[in-house]
Amino acid sequence: MEIQYVYTKKRAEFGRQCIFSDRPAELLVDIAPNPDALKEFVERDPVDRGVQVVQEMSEHDVNTERFETDSHGLNHAEGGWPKDVNAQEVEQVIRFRKKVEKDEMYISTVQTLGGQMEHCIKQNNAIDIYQDYFSDVEIQASEEPPSAKTINVFKDPYKDRGVAHISWYPDGPTKLAIAYCNTDFQRAPKDTSTESYVWDVINPNSPEMTLKPVSPLVCLEYNPKDAHILVGGCYNGQVAYWDCRKGSQPIETSEVSTGHRDPVWKVIWNQSKTGTECFSVSTDGQVLWWDIRKFAEPIEKLYLDATKKQDASQAQGAYVLEYEPTIPTKFMAGSEQGAIFSCNRKGKTDADKIVAVYPGHIGPVYALQRNPQFPKIFMSVGDWTTRIWSEDIKENAIMWTKYHQSGLTDGCWSTVRPAVFFTSKTDGTLDVWDLLFKQNDPTLTVQVSDEPLQSLRLQEHGRLMACGSQGGVATIVELSEGFYAQNRNERNLVNTIFERETRREKILEARHREMKLKEKKGGGGVS
Amino acid sequence: AEVEETFKRILAHKGVVGVIIVNFDGIPIRSSFADSSLTVQYCALIQQLAHKSRSAIRDLDPGNDLTFLRIRSKKNEIMVAPDKDYLLVVVQEPCDQP
Repeated sequence: MEIQYVYTKKRAEFGRQCIFSDRPAELLVDIAPNPDALKEFVERDPVDRGVQVVQEMSEHDVNTERFETDSHGLNHAEGGWPKDVNAQEVEQVIRFRKKVEKDEMYISTVQTLGGQMEHCIKQNNAIDIYQDYFSDVEIQASEEPPSAKTINVFKDPYKDRGVAHISWYPDGPTKLAIAYCNTDFQRAPKDTSTESYVWDVINPNSPEMTLKPVSPLVCLEYNPKDAHILVGGCYNGQVAYWDCRKGSQPIETSEVSTGHRDPVWKVIWNQSKTGTECFSVSTDGQVLWWDIRKFAEPIEKLYLDATKKQDASQAQGAYVLEYEPTIPTKFMAGSEQGAIFSCNRKGKTDADKIVAVYPGHIGPVYALQRNPQFPKIFMSVGDWTTRIWSEDIKENAIMWTKYHQSGLTDGCWSTVRPAVFFTSKTDGTLDVWDLLFKQNDPTLTVQVSDEPLQSLRLQEHGRLMACGSQGGVATIVELSEGFYAQNRNERNLVNTIFERETRREKILEARHREMKLKEKKGGGGVS
Repeated sequence: AEVEETFKRILAHKGVVGVIIVNFDGIPIRSSFADSSLTVQYCALIQQLAHKSRSAIRDLDPGNDLTFLRIRSKKNEIMVAPDKDYLLVVVQEPCDQP
């Protein structure tokens, strides 16, 4: 029911000064209680109500501004000596000591203290307090709930650049090489810096080393054999390599004419005797092999052509490469169109070089990696899902996640636990999936940043994950123990999961083929 | 004389790494550690800690006083017996009983 009060004023009277006056209250509406409404309610008896007489408190946390810390050592000097004794003079020290020892109090004190002390020492010797009582009982699974904690944040000093690629230092989690680049097509402002940095984990305030390529780096990798060499792929298609000891300029850069014609999205080091071979892929559809000693020309070239004819015009551009050092001649590439190519470098004919093409995703494949413990199984990240494939089944993925709300940008397997993998999304979250725990949803979702996460990299030991966002901020997240503690049965369980899914796909494939044959036969019979 | 005896007896116990007698100023009167810089380090750090713990106990209850202080760490145990003027510090390593 509306309660309105209407007042009217003559047009001629507008603009006149307001003259206020008091008047008694006027009843506008009187709504009497309606006893019939009471029938709709039932009296509640007894009434159970909790009351607490507690001080109301509120929790509030505040983040202070970042402060710079510096660490240095402290020097302990001998002190406390009375003024007449010079601590450096051995004789004076000895004399002082002798004087104290003659003191009667000293003798009695030391005796009582000695007695007390002996009691405790004997106690210590009687029972070993460090004895491990339950060492033979193995922990089946981690007791604590899964969690991840941000340890450190590295900010790009220049704006406008996203973290394009992260590579951990091969000899332990002390350094990170991060490639910064604005990957939006032609949207980078003219004077964007081309520098990329090597950061030391302990010092997030300033990078340890700067790398100055000709054009911004889109990907960067440490040589696993020689921790001082870094190879990077540039936005303009060149590939360059640096030696950390020799400074910020690249030691050598590939020629623009013989290299790629599009940004080099991924560069990986090859397993070779000399340790100087690497190969790169770009959206121009070529996979080029380089020897860093001779960057003028690639050693070998391969077109990612689905028709298996090595036709450059049919080649599909690729975003990611996958290479397992234990299988040196085979590699995989994920293309812009969504297909995944499995290739053999040593194929004799052109057709042999591209062994298989998997249907892949609806959109570009952003990440591709084999499971470190089960090399036949690999995962790919693209469009809004993550798919797990078995090398033998070429028609379809054996397992896949549901379609997410935001696009997936990068993913990788855990190096320690074969059932765990990670994905990063455009809403800034990092998902941790544990196939042994839950297969429909990620086990843990961490909101790492407000901006889309562009790249991620797990450190070899499996504990630290570096995520890079579009705003140029790289965050190091530490995972809870459950994600990197090895479990005895895990390998078997994960193996069973993958085998079951592979078998299911095989059966489905067989059924499809049967049905197709039947159709053909049926169609042939009719006509 | 008796001091020597006490000192040697403590040192003879199983697992004992070293013994230091510190006076109230923080000066090591006697030490079994050969390394004098280590002795000085122990003196400085432990004396401050013992003083702080004593004042903590007395703040909580003025009638109370610190009788013994034990610091157990992963590698060894540091035991401190405090007195009005002196401190007896013993470092012992826990050993598995036969």
